[in-house]
Amino acid sequence: MMIYPAIHYTMGGLWVDYNLMSTIPGLFVLGEANFSDHGSNRLGASALMQGLADGYFVIPYTIGGYLAGTVLPEVNEAHPAFEDSTKLVNEGIDKLLSIKGDRTVDDFHKELGHILWEYGGMSRNEIGMLKAKELIPELREQFWENVMVTGSPGEFNQTLERAGRVADFLEFSELLVEDGVSREESCGCHFNEAFQTEEHEAQRDDDSCSYVAAWEFRGTGKAPALHKEPLVFENVELAQRSYK
Amino acid sequence: MSENINLTLKVWRQNGPDDKGHLGTYKAKDISTDMSFLEMLDVVNEQLTVEGKDPIAFDHDCREGICGMCGTVVNGLAHGPEPATTLCQLHMRHFKDGDTIVIEPWRARPFKIIRDLVVDRSSFDDIIQAGGYVSVNTGQAPEANSIPISQEKAELAMDAAACIGCGACAAACPNASAMLFVSAKISQLALLPQGRPEAARRALGMAKAMDECGFGNCSNERECEAVCPKEIKITNIARFNREFLKASFVSPQA
Ligand code: FES
Repeated sequence: MMIYPAIHYTMGGLWVDYNLMSTIPGLFVLGEANFSDHGSNRLGASALMQGLADGYFVIPYTIGGYLAGTVLPEVNEAHPAFEDSTKLVNEGIDKLLSIKGDRTVDDFHKELGHILWEYGGMSRNEIGMLKAKELIPELREQFWENVMVTGSPGEFNQTLERAGRVADFLEFSELLVEDGVSREESCGCHFNEAFQTEEHEAQRDDDSCSYVAAWEFRGTGKAPALHKEPLVFENVELAQRSYK
Repeated sequence: MSENINLTLKVWRQNGPDDKGHLGTYKAKDISTDMSFLEMLDVVNEQLTVEGKDPIAFDHDCREGICGMCGTVVNGLAHGPEPATTLCQLHMRHFKDGDTIVIEPWRARPFKIIRDLVVDRSSFDDIIQAGGYVSVNTGQAPEANSIPISQEKAELAMDAAACIGCGACAAACPNASAMLFVSAKISQLALLPQGRPEAARRALGMAKAMDECGFGNCSNERECEAVCPKEIKITNIARFNREFLKASFVSPQA
């Protein structure tokens, strides 16, 4: 059996407040879909832990407050929000199917994976990450010009489904790299080679980097806005990680 | 050592529930024996796509044997020839160069074909919605140590909870019975104190939902146990029967 280190998760998720409500009022995000419980690293079995913590201990407390203080008017599919999103999704589907290029979805997916593995992986540096920031938008452009999606809309079409996901990955991976570049320290799973101790452990910069980055999406290809949520530790003293 | 093998696939192709369907023949060339079965299908699909043909639809998600999404009948066996193995965890080293592999979808009346190897398993969701849960009150969660559970019970519940709901049991059963699935879900809750308050309602509700979905009954064939990738034991079925019987005696709903 061959054993090698690999990235097993990306940390983070949707921003939520202490009641687990996202920036959309009434939309609560539980478990690993939210960002709240992982730091810069993710511990094994956290999916169960966070599912239980959020589902059994947090939300039974917090959702009542929201429900009690909210009037929930009846919503149906005639609401313009439904029409808008149906239109948006259909346009996206038509676009993907109309390109009829000559590279498969998997081919793009693999190339994107390769870029991230090479330049945004477990051990990263600024030169590499900046390179990825150039390569990803280029690949995204090629995708929207040359992807081959078979089948038709309105049927069970797994190629189309995958194409939609890879389109999302092509947007999100750029943010992943952006986040890596912006954090000038090493911390948890983010190991920037320029920031390491003499023993090659991650070297944090607690004075200027003790924050959670909440990125605001401002459109594809546009620079996202960084909102810093400070991390304040009252009962633990921050220390250097050591596996010794 | 990995090597590359060539295979002939006979795959069930069907455009939708009303289409007649047929077995299509495909060549899988240069397949590394290190690949998983699903990766082999990926390779074939990539080839079909490049040729402008429709790729084979098949279900999958985690590809690490924990989600229950994957599953087809391979050479007559649900999840293929390896015991206690989901299809995604089956590797091509179990096949030989020149082999012909027949790949078919799950077969059970409630599992309508969506496309090719993908079947509609929402009947399992219907069964779970009929009682496969524990209600939790809002407000404070109970103090963990106030509910003692013996190690033996915890282990049995854990074993039952290993069921990933893939549907292989129903597909392998000559009666298309979903008893192994339902009994695992009933057992994992019935064995624990948290599951007791709703136990009677659960047993009756889930049994009724199972019948209404069109699954058959159990006649102790044990095919389910033989193909189950999580080795769920049919002793769970006995427990389900006991739960159902008890509930029928005492519950006004019966
Ligand atoms: S894909 Fe999840 S169990 Fe096989």
